[in-house]
Amino acid sequence: MNMITNPLFLQLLVGVLTGLGAGYLGSFMILKRMSLVGDVISHVALPGIALAVIFEVNPFFGAFAALLLAVIGIWFLEIKTELPSETLVGIFFALSLALGILITPEPELLEALFGDITKIGLSDALITIALIAVIFFTMFRIYRGLTLSVVSKQLAQSMGINVSKISFLFLLLVAIIVALGLKVTGVFLMGALVIVPAAAAKNVSVSLAGFTRLAALFGGISALGGILFASYFNLHPGPIVVLASGVIFLLTLLFKK
Amino acid sequence: MPGETILTVENLGVKFDNNEVLKGLNFFVQKGDVLAIVGPNGAGKSVLFRALLGLIPYSGKIKWAPGLKISYVPQKFNIDKDLPLSVEEFLRFKEKTPEKIIGALKAVGMTDEHTEFLCGLKHRKETTPSHIEHHVLKERIGWLSGGQLQRVLIAWSILDNPDILLFDEPTAGIDVGGEETIYNLLKKLKDERGFTILLISHDLNIVYKYADNVICLNKEMVCYGEPSTVLDPASLVKLYGGEAGFYKHEHDH
Repeated sequence: MNMITNPLFLQLLVGVLTGLGAGYLGSFMILKRMSLVGDVISHVALPGIALAVIFEVNPFFGAFAALLLAVIGIWFLEIKTELPSETLVGIFFALSLALGILITPEPELLEALFGDITKIGLSDALITIALIAVIFFTMFRIYRGLTLSVVSKQLAQSMGINVSKISFLFLLLVAIIVALGLKVTGVFLMGALVIVPAAAAKNVSVSLAGFTRLAALFGGISALGGILFASYFNLHPGPIVVLASGVIFLLTLLFKK
Repeated sequence: MPGETILTVENLGVKFDNNEVLKGLNFFVQKGDVLAIVGPNGAGKSVLFRALLGLIPYSGKIKWAPGLKISYVPQKFNIDKDLPLSVEEFLRFKEKTPEKIIGALKAVGMTDEHTEFLCGLKHRKETTPSHIEHHVLKERIGWLSGGQLQRVLIAWSILDNPDILLFDEPTAGIDVGGEETIYNLLKKLKDERGFTILLISHDLNIVYKYADNVICLNKEMVCYGEPSTVLDPASLVKLYGGEAGFYKHEHDH
C-alpha cells in the first residue's frame, strides 16, 4: 500500500533507473571515446544547482539548464573543429566548478557535491521514470547511426545519416542522465557512474548488444547494491554506489576478453 | 547495355575556405568500367569521392544516371581490437536479412578456409552457412586480420546489390601479397554482378592490371585515359615529381 511512499523503495527505484540509464549511455560514451566528458560536464551542473537553490526551484532543472548550455558548447566545438577540444573544455568546466562552489549556499553545497538520495521525493521519482524512458526510446532510434559514425564518419554520412544531429541528441541525453544522477551520486561522482559500469562491461563482451546491455545492467546493480548496503550500514549512499561499480569492474578484469 | 554512360563530371571544383582542393575536372564513366584514381597524398582523391557522393559542396556538374544505387567504402575506419562490435552487428546495420548477409560473406570468400583460420579448426565437413553463422558472424570485427576486415567491408558494400562501388584504397593495411587477392576478388565480383567500380589506389601495378581508365589527380587532372597510354613517364613525373615511372610493366598481363 504505502510502498510508493516507502523511502527506501523510492531510493532504490530512482537509483536503479538512473544506474541503468547511466550504464547504457556510458557504453556509447566509451565507444565515442568521450569517457571523460561526463565527468567534466557534471561540474557545470553546480552553478546551475546554486541558482536553482537561490531561486527556490527543483535543483534538477537548474542542473539540467546548466548542462544543456555545456552540451551545446561541446557540440559546437566538436563540429567546428573536428578536434577534441580538451584543454578548452577542461578550463571552462573547472572555472564553472569554482564559480558554483562560491555561489552555492553552504548547507546545500555538500548535498550538491555528493548527492543525497535519502532526500528523494515522489516528484523526483516521476521525473526520473519519465526521463529514463526518453533516454532509452531516443537511444533505440539513434544507436545505429551513432555506432556507424564511430566506425566511420564518412561511411555514416554516405548512408544519409545526419552525424552532427545524432551527436547532439546523444549529448543531450548525457546532460539528462548527469542531471538525474546528481541526486544519486552528486556532481563529483556522477562521471564515475556513467563510465565505470560501461568500462566493466567492455571487459567481458564481444558484441555491441552484449556490451550495452551489460553496461546498463552493471549500472543498475551498482545502484541497487550500493543503496542497500549504505542503508543497512547507515552510510552515505552516493560513494557506496560508485564503489560498488568499482567492485564490478575489478571482478570483470578476471574474465577479460 | 555496355557503353551506357552512368556518370558525367563537368568542370568540377571543390574549395575549402578559399583553398582550391580540386579544379577543372572533366570525365565520364561507362557502365561496367573500372576507373582508377591515382595521385600523391593530399591530391584530393578522397575529396573527389565525397563530392561525387554529394557530401560536400562543389562547383561544376556531377550527373549520375537516374536510379543508381551507390555503395561507398571510405578509407578511414576506426576499428580497433577494443571495439565491441561483431561482424554480424556491423553488417546488420545495412541489411537485416540473414540470407543476404551470409550470401555476401560467401561471395567475398569468407567461407571454409577463413573461418577455419579464424577459429583454428580444421574440419571441412560443416563448411558454409553454419560455419559463417557460428564463427565469422559472432567474431568481434576488430579481431579480424587486415585481409579479412577488407573482405567484410567488401561484403558490406555489395550487400544491397549496388550498381556502382566507390572504393577508397581497398587495400590499405594489407600486405603486398594480400593486395592482389583483394583486387582479384573485386574483379571477380564485378564480372559476376556487373557493377561499375571507381577506386582510389596508390599501386600503379594494380591500376595497369585492373583499370579500364585512370585519372591522375593532383588538384587538377594531370592525365586521363587508358592506363597503358596515359601513364607515361612524363605524366608520372608531373604527378609525383622526381623518379616515378619505373613501374611500367615488369610483368605483362
